[in-house]
Amino acid sequence: MGALRLAPGAVLDGFTLKALVHAGGMARLWEVERAGTPGPLLMKVPALVEGADPAALVSFEMEQMILPRLVGPHVPRFVACGDFSVQPYLVMERLPGPSLLARLPELPLPPLEVAALGARIAEALDDLHRQRVVHLDVKPSNVLFRPTGEALMVDYGLSRHEELPDLMGEQFRLPYGTAPYMAPEQVLGERRDPRSDQFALGVLLYFFVTGVRPFGDPQRLSGLKRRLWRDPEPPRRLRPDCPPWLQEIILRCLEVRPAWRYPTAAQLAFELRHPDQVRLTQRSERMRRDPWTTVLRRRFAEAEAPLARSRPAAGGIGSDAPIVAVALDLAEADPLLGDALRDHVARLLGTLPGARVACLNVLKQSRLTLDTSLDEAGRSKALQRLVELQHWAGPLRLEEGRVSFHVLESPQPGAEILRYARANHVDHLVLGARAKSLRRTLLGSVSAEVAAQAPCTVTVVRPRRPGAGGERQDAEEGTGDGWTVG
Amino acid sequence: MRLALLADIHGNREAFEACLRDARARGCDRTVILGDCVGYGADPAWVVDQVMDLVAAGSVAILGNHDRAVGDAREDLGADAETAMAWTRGQLGVEARRFLANLPLQVEEDGRLYVHASVPPGRRWPYLDGPETAGRALRACVAQAVFCGHVHIPALYSLTAAGQTIAFNPVHGARIPLLRHRRWLAVLGSVGQPRDGQPAAGYALHDLGLGELTFLRVPYDVGAAAAKIRAAGLPRSLADRLERGR
Repeated sequence: MGALRLAPGAVLDGFTLKALVHAGGMARLWEVERAGTPGPLLMKVPALVEGADPAALVSFEMEQMILPRLVGPHVPRFVACGDFSVQPYLVMERLPGPSLLARLPELPLPPLEVAALGARIAEALDDLHRQRVVHLDVKPSNVLFRPTGEALMVDYGLSRHEELPDLMGEQFRLPYGTAPYMAPEQVLGERRDPRSDQFALGVLLYFFVTGVRPFGDPQRLSGLKRRLWRDPEPPRRLRPDCPPWLQEIILRCLEVRPAWRYPTAAQLAFELRHPDQVRLTQRSERMRRDPWTTVLRRRFAEAEAPLARSRPAAGGIGSDAPIVAVALDLAEADPLLGDALRDHVARLLGTLPGARVACLNVLKQSRLTLDTSLDEAGRSKALQRLVELQHWAGPLRLEEGRVSFHVLESPQPGAEILRYARANHVDHLVLGARAKSLRRTLLGSVSAEVAAQAPCTVTVVRPRRPGAGGERQDAEEGTGDGWTVG
Repeated sequence: MRLALLADIHGNREAFEACLRDARARGCDRTVILGDCVGYGADPAWVVDQVMDLVAAGSVAILGNHDRAVGDAREDLGADAETAMAWTRGQLGVEARRFLANLPLQVEEDGRLYVHASVPPGRRWPYLDGPETAGRALRACVAQAVFCGHVHIPALYSLTAAGQTIAFNPVHGARIPLLRHRRWLAVLGSVGQPRDGQPAAGYALHDLGLGELTFLRVPYDVGAAAAKIRAAGLPRSLADRLERGR
């Protein structure tokens, strides 16, 4: 391995080193620049000195494999990597702001701010999981924010890519991670479950809302394993003004069994963004830790067994737990269409055990009176719609927590449905085709607009109408009671 | 430069053609045939002809145990393979038999070692079917990457600095960086007789510029290949296993 002297002013493959930004146990970070490459740039150089952690090199290799494969706003843009036989390095985009670590002196933060931070981080994690990567080292120093607001995850040295050899997991028997944040299954060596990132995010949220780490900062494996059987103090005991819904979410993230957490990070983000829709279970009411008798029973009843057997669902990360949004046009109140939509959603849910359903209605507002929602008539109208949505969903018999109801307000229903789908990372939109009428002729079809522009799969449901078998002019729009746009 | 690595074609014309077509569409410049062009399948003469053309155009071909068995009755094959081999010998002309007999046991270029079964290649043909055997083969040479076939189930192994061998089960289409300072052993899936439960033909693409290896599967006309085996009066099990991929 070549021992190049890296110092300010040195040039490596066209990159000029400017300043050492960070010197850690695993790697050093340099600010660099290169003519023709829009900066600012960051160069990561692994610590290869004698006595360095042998994992430093392997974790650097992992990052070198994973980072170039990731795209999107939640990941630093990859620029270049260096040859190992000369000088290994990675060059990536440098974000202007500090990481979340800079906020630690301000802890605890207001609960609503913590929830908003959490939602943005959960969305970033969901994006990573969809790219088949489990981060496995979610902690404040690895979370940054773009000026546009998106959370950005850095440091893929401990990550696992579903389709690449896992050099870290295969080579080291000890679990690698950051002690306060590591999920129980990760402590036991399981590195394939995206829900491990939810646990780490749960620790972060707990820490930010209470100022205390839920499991401390254990230094030994035995201390790490304690989280398998010892539950943390409920956040509300430490921070009485922590709302029950936030405690519910945090404690669900901190469940020992991955299967008891949220099916996907997208669903976690959804909950953090819709506090009024969180189902409050016993988790939200807890004011003290479990009694010692319970803890001891857990301690000695094969505590590791449920974890060793739990595996993420086959067929891709979160593939059976989509967010389905159903848009209902209550103004037209077509019972046949309402039934057809409900039947269709019921069939979808039958095959997707982890799916959750958001029922939407757009309250159409005239452009002239933008503040109708504030007046009494507007409020009662929205409430009326909410009741109607719940009435529609009643026969689906969805348990609380799997279904939520939203009345949106906008003069343009199509655009509003699209905005909602994007903001909430909806995987599948279901809506009805408007009956053939003068209204459709005049206003155009909302479903066509949504189907053409949606960021996800769209199913447009159209009921078969008795005696309307020969509708010639509709033939090109599809037959049967629904068509799907992939 | 993009290499198409093909192993264990076994006289399956439909599978071989499908892989070559797929590799061309992916911009491959050169092929490496990792042994066992013949045996089991119903088109040995056509396959050897193609391989001879490819070699004449600059490709590499390596000797496999079935290739050697054509001219060497001492090769020890299973019962069905022996039956198919007796038939195969009657299908190949002088030129094809001379070509097979003169194939090299190994070729090394730029740190890449091509063999059919194991390292060092020799009289016997052991199966590299796990980290232990793969690790032994890696330690028996100095090549940065070893490419072989023979097992009919794709796998990728790497040697760690501590001398451990780690195993990886590659999925179709994932580009895997073969980090240059590490040592790798890739067992290619079989073109003409897959045995991992997927009937689609297997091969791999190695992008030398990017240093990435991609394992690929190509669905092909299995029915036609199986029908030819039955029509030739070869053991029916050889046709059936193409349909099951086992």
